[in-house]
Amino acid sequence: MGQKLLMKGNEVIAEAAIRAGCRHYFGYPITPQTELMHYMAKKLPKIGGVFIQAESEVAAINMVYGAASTGKRVLTSSSSPGISLKQEGISYIAGAQLPAVIVNIMRGGPGLGGIQPSQSDYFQATKGGGHGDYHMVVLAPASIQELYELTVEAFNISDRYRIMTMILGDGILGQMMEVVNFRDEEKIENYDKPWATNGHGNKREHNMITSIHLDPAVLEQWNIGLQNKYKLIREKEQRYELYNCEDAEIILVAYGTVSRVCKGVIKEAAEQGIKLGLIRPITLFPFPVEAFEKVIDIPKAFLTVEMSSGQMLEDVMLTINGRKPVYFTGRMGGMIPTVNNIMTKVMEIKEKHR
Amino acid sequence: MAIVFKAPNALCDVPMHYCPGCTHGIAHRLVAEAIDELGIEGKTIGISPVGCAYNNYLYFNCDMIQAAHGRAPAVATGVKRSLPENIVFTYQGDGDLAAIGTAEIVHAAARSENITVIFINNTIYGMTSGQMAPTTLLGQVTTTTPYGRDAKYSGFPIRVCEMLSTLEGPAYIERVSLHDIKNIKKAKAAVKKAFKVQMAGKGFSLVEILSTCPTNWGLNPVEAMKRVENEMIPHYPLGVFVGADLEV
Repeated sequence: MGQKLLMKGNEVIAEAAIRAGCRHYFGYPITPQTELMHYMAKKLPKIGGVFIQAESEVAAINMVYGAASTGKRVLTSSSSPGISLKQEGISYIAGAQLPAVIVNIMRGGPGLGGIQPSQSDYFQATKGGGHGDYHMVVLAPASIQELYELTVEAFNISDRYRIMTMILGDGILGQMMEVVNFRDEEKIENYDKPWATNGHGNKREHNMITSIHLDPAVLEQWNIGLQNKYKLIREKEQRYELYNCEDAEIILVAYGTVSRVCKGVIKEAAEQGIKLGLIRPITLFPFPVEAFEKVIDIPKAFLTVEMSSGQMLEDVMLTINGRKPVYFTGRMGGMIPTVNNIMTKVMEIKEKHR
Repeated sequence: MAIVFKAPNALCDVPMHYCPGCTHGIAHRLVAEAIDELGIEGKTIGISPVGCAYNNYLYFNCDMIQAAHGRAPAVATGVKRSLPENIVFTYQGDGDLAAIGTAEIVHAAARSENITVIFINNTIYGMTSGQMAPTTLLGQVTTTTPYGRDAKYSGFPIRVCEMLSTLEGPAYIERVSLHDIKNIKKAKAAVKKAFKVQMAGKGFSLVEILSTCPTNWGLNPVEAMKRVENEMIPHYPLGVFVGADLEV
């Protein structure tokens, strides 16, 4: 039953995409996600798929736009500076309402930054990133197993809503190896794509994929349509993990790699008789406000922990909206918050709310 | 009564937005006639550019995709690699193809993507009101070269066909003009050949069409046609650059 393998995160994403029916990959090399494209370069030509190393991230995302227009399941991947280059295409994909999956294995920025893990692209991922009023669905796995499962799910979500879905990982998730349990068969949701530009065969009117509407009244209606879709996604697709929240004095909020450090902190604190909990957002867009509503009355305070200057922090504060104190601790530039870093902050908060 | 002349099926029966004397209309017709004659409308997918032809997805009767500025060859690559049995063309102006989209056109040509590129060169940006294009001739007055294009200040015009011909990828590259009937007929033959090259799976094909922009040139339509002949062709010589002997 299934298949148990020890694999690297980047390769697991690639394998998951193939299992989800993706046969088209367009990318451009950048550390620390490149093993993903190596895997695709090796596998896709052997199974009738298409792998292209594009001339730039800009070209790669536009190849994605083209392939997605034909209704095929399509993937691209990159890391922070490369994702910045793809923003133009992402905005067009949002505007044209095309389904596609994109992976960002984040590294420290701004600029060329470094190649060590970071979470400093949260704003870019969840708030739009390119021009215009739009969102992607953003999934934040915290383990290799979850990289696999969420990548498969990303393709289903994209097709379900005609939207781009981003897997937002970091250099640790991309580079580390863990055991992954592959299922024998994936749950692939099949949707009709009557909008696809795949040749009308003289059997229907010609289809048009476009993001331009020069009549502002038409463009406003188009935007209202997009916003209705995001509203539906906010209602239906919030995912999160609540860990140890019952009677927690302080609830930590963290996603991805940092959530695992936080679980270490919770264990350490328990040994000292301090009760901590964790909200782990799995969807960053839609932000899992449900999770907060469930536990809002429990703790004295919330502590957001990120590998950034405090980006998700803003969504946490908006969600809590003054009902409880919200604190932050984090590291930047590729540095990872340690259990000690976080414990120090916990003790500080505990002191303040005695 | 027998019909001796009609609009091509591959063009939709809608009013076009192009200025009087602009040759986009002719170029569209030639593409549509080629699609009709080759019987490929049902399996053709066109990519619209950014520029005056941005909404020709409304004009061509085949499936159409509107692309970001300069990215049409990359979008076409994604389409063609997904649907290798279909016919894929891009329709791009000189700003789109030879400035912002230089990387995309060069690499689509280098990969010999089996697509057809219709490249409209009118030496100016039309849509954004007459700025310098990469193909603007030396001395030409535009809204961003108000004293005439000076090579020392704004560089030299790019000859796209000649540049792409240095690559091994392209199967067929020809430059044609629309300034008179004789040349329009040649242009038609070139466009049709470019599609046939793709149908035969030979690889990348591009037809550069020397075109007019009376509005932004400040000329009437007749003068504009004369400018193509007298000023553009001396700098952009007509002819086949790659694939002269290619039989399709």
